[in-house]
Amino acid sequence: MTTRKPIKISVRELRVFQGKEEGLRGVNLAIPANQILGIIGPAGAGKTTFLRALNRLNDLSPDTHVEGETLLDGQDIYHPSFDVVALRKRVGMLFALPVALPMSIFENVVYGPRLSGVRNRKRLDEIVERSLKAAFLWDEVKDRLPMSGLRLSGGQQQRLCLARVLAMEELEVILLDEPCSGLDPISTAKIEEALTILKAKYTIILVTNNTKQAARVADDTAFFLNGEMVEYGPTGKIFTVPDDKRTNDYVTGKFG
Amino acid sequence: MKLNGEKIAKYALMTVAFSALASLLLIAVFIFKEGLPFMLKVGVKDFLLASDWDPQAGKYGIYPMIIASLYVTFGAMLIGAPLGVAGAIFLNEFVPKQVMRVVKPTIELLAGIPSVVFGFLGVMVLAPFIRTHMGGPGLSVLAAAVILGIMVLPTVISISSDAIGAVPNSYREGALALGATRWQSVYMVTIKAARSGIIASIILAMGRALGETMAVIMVAGNTVKIPHSVTDPVRTLTANIALEMANATGMAREALFATGIVLFVVIMILNGIALSVIKTKVRKK
Amino acid sequence: MKISPKITQAVAVTLLGAATLLTVAVLVFIIIFVLGKGLPWVDWEFLFSAPKEMGRAGGIFPTLVGTVLLPLMAIAIALPLGVGTAVYLTEYTRETRFTRILRFGTDCLAGIPSILFGLFGFIFFVITLKMGWCLLSGGLTLAIMVLPTIIRTSEEAIRSVPNSYREVSFSLGATRWETVLKVVLPNALPGIVTGVMLGIGRSIGETAAVIFTAGSALRMPMSAFDSVRTMSVHFYILAREGISNEKAYATAAVLVISVLLVNLAAYSMMHRFIARRSR
Repeated sequence: MTTRKPIKISVRELRVFQGKEEGLRGVNLAIPANQILGIIGPAGAGKTTFLRALNRLNDLSPDTHVEGETLLDGQDIYHPSFDVVALRKRVGMLFALPVALPMSIFENVVYGPRLSGVRNRKRLDEIVERSLKAAFLWDEVKDRLPMSGLRLSGGQQQRLCLARVLAMEELEVILLDEPCSGLDPISTAKIEEALTILKAKYTIILVTNNTKQAARVADDTAFFLNGEMVEYGPTGKIFTVPDDKRTNDYVTGKFG
Repeated sequence: MKLNGEKIAKYALMTVAFSALASLLLIAVFIFKEGLPFMLKVGVKDFLLASDWDPQAGKYGIYPMIIASLYVTFGAMLIGAPLGVAGAIFLNEFVPKQVMRVVKPTIELLAGIPSVVFGFLGVMVLAPFIRTHMGGPGLSVLAAAVILGIMVLPTVISISSDAIGAVPNSYREGALALGATRWQSVYMVTIKAARSGIIASIILAMGRALGETMAVIMVAGNTVKIPHSVTDPVRTLTANIALEMANATGMAREALFATGIVLFVVIMILNGIALSVIKTKVRKK
Repeated sequence: MKISPKITQAVAVTLLGAATLLTVAVLVFIIIFVLGKGLPWVDWEFLFSAPKEMGRAGGIFPTLVGTVLLPLMAIAIALPLGVGTAVYLTEYTRETRFTRILRFGTDCLAGIPSILFGLFGFIFFVITLKMGWCLLSGGLTLAIMVLPTIIRTSEEAIRSVPNSYREVSFSLGATRWETVLKVVLPNALPGIVTGVMLGIGRSIGETAAVIFTAGSALRMPMSAFDSVRTMSVHFYILAREGISNEKAYATAAVLVISVLLVNLAAYSMMHRFIARRSR
């Protein structure tokens, strides 16, 4: 193992119940800051549930119930005194399908900052430029910012969504839920390139059903199966000499 | 601070959400408050079953009006229900989708024709026709029933047609695969599956017919009398309220509110039945 | 003797088709008849001049104004209540016994006949609150009458807003109320407008609930506490009291056209809304 960076998110015995189903069965994980954690595993392994637990989007589903401890910088994000709105500004999320809101490209990007009370037009302009550049979309849209975000291609929309997350000035962690599953190879490459640059500033957790993607960009990789975390370690080790047979079977394509 | 605003919004919305229910209760309370003491004073039985209505003479029997409302409403259903259900079946099952897509909205659009206009046509066209061909004054049970029957058509067609449209295609295909003709599949499968929606549409239409006022005033003739033939003029419960409201005071006005109570209760029962018919259907799914 | 299924089918379809044709024919006849009899008497002067001799001569301008003002007032009152209710039911609560009661109340209110709204509006607004026959009494009464329509259409419109929009908004740190204001309502707007149009259409055509609450004064209303006469009420009085058949037909024609236009706008709005959603 390389020199460990400080722990950003620490999860202990995290259990998520969805109705009667147990979506996560006691996950333990310490996620270091400023690197990319890849989460791999077959469909239904609990990857998305895990991600949604980290910014409490699970709260929105009425019969979901969470147990265990989830610490962000040492603070329990499920503690009643923890401000969930502030949490979501620090922990941004990119969804599997690009969801551009039906408003202009500009308004999509400044959605978060406006909620935080940024009104100054010059500052909003700066935020838009910085975020779109970081998401590798600036050159393609800089001349048509007032255009509806819905008119962009799927790959562009997903980068717009990334820019929208990056626009939040409080952002510390980026959660990505199979962000490239519907995208063309060029858009995928652009997003992956953006992520490798962004990890200098943010902690990134990338759920992917594409093991090659995890191998390409993740520093560490965790393998999930049936709501449990089977194995966690440096990406190189997980993909070459995993400890667990199930991990080996999955990364070599025997199932999944 | 933000969360405070959030709380305010939540409680404000919760309060607002009571508006419909509160209005309903307010309506019930005020109509009962005005009418119930009167009804008890006169005696519920005498009020409902006595045949003399003459407020000036202190006679408050609404029996003829109840009978009139029943006749007119059922007459309207005899016309509106078969035509409406037939229309809904035909449009859903035997006509290309494009035709359906034009005709159904057109019919629903016509639901917006004000009731006074229907009433006026009843007076100008239908009543003279009845007078010449069937005798009597023209303004009659028959005229009211026909006009109301036409007025409820959009309700019946729209709701039954939604119910028929909601029947899964696999049902029809199953029947057709067994060698049924189109009509047999409709008759044995589709109508059965859409039954509760069709019934609900008829009950709701009944409520509309019973509650309709202005059109009925114009075409029913408004004589307080138990009709002996369909060409006799009658006065319905609703017409009674509307006709005498303008001038009534004191006891006479209370009597009108008591009439309102009767109407309110019957309509609530009809709506309750229609709603529960629809609900049980939904639950079964 | 057994009749062959083919013949049964032919008979059934013929009967059903005839019934449908009759229905459509009757409804279309009504429109054509009213317009045919009425439109020849309608001109600018009829629309924009004051009536004379109780409406026997002259135009319908004050009733036209009443027909615009009264529904607008009703909507101004019912819109915030109806949309607020819909937002609460869809965004702020799950299906519980409580929401079922609220929904039941809405459904019942929708079934109440207009004459009972008239009775209630009269005894409550006109008499008990001492507001008299006026624009405001009528507006409040009609507001209650169209409230269920607005609640239902708004609820449907709000439900059709994709959930992913809400998730994105929440994930960007929006509160529930911010999400409602910035994402939910703007996207539900066409559906809400449809409900508003249907409510206006119903208010324009309403007579029984209006005549007992807004009165029937045949002059220009100068404030919310003035009595107004809408076209429907005017038409009813012209026809019922036999004042003038010509003027009655002409008023009916204007009335029918107004209602059809408003409803047409509502339906085309709704269809465009549905088309956009399914894209």
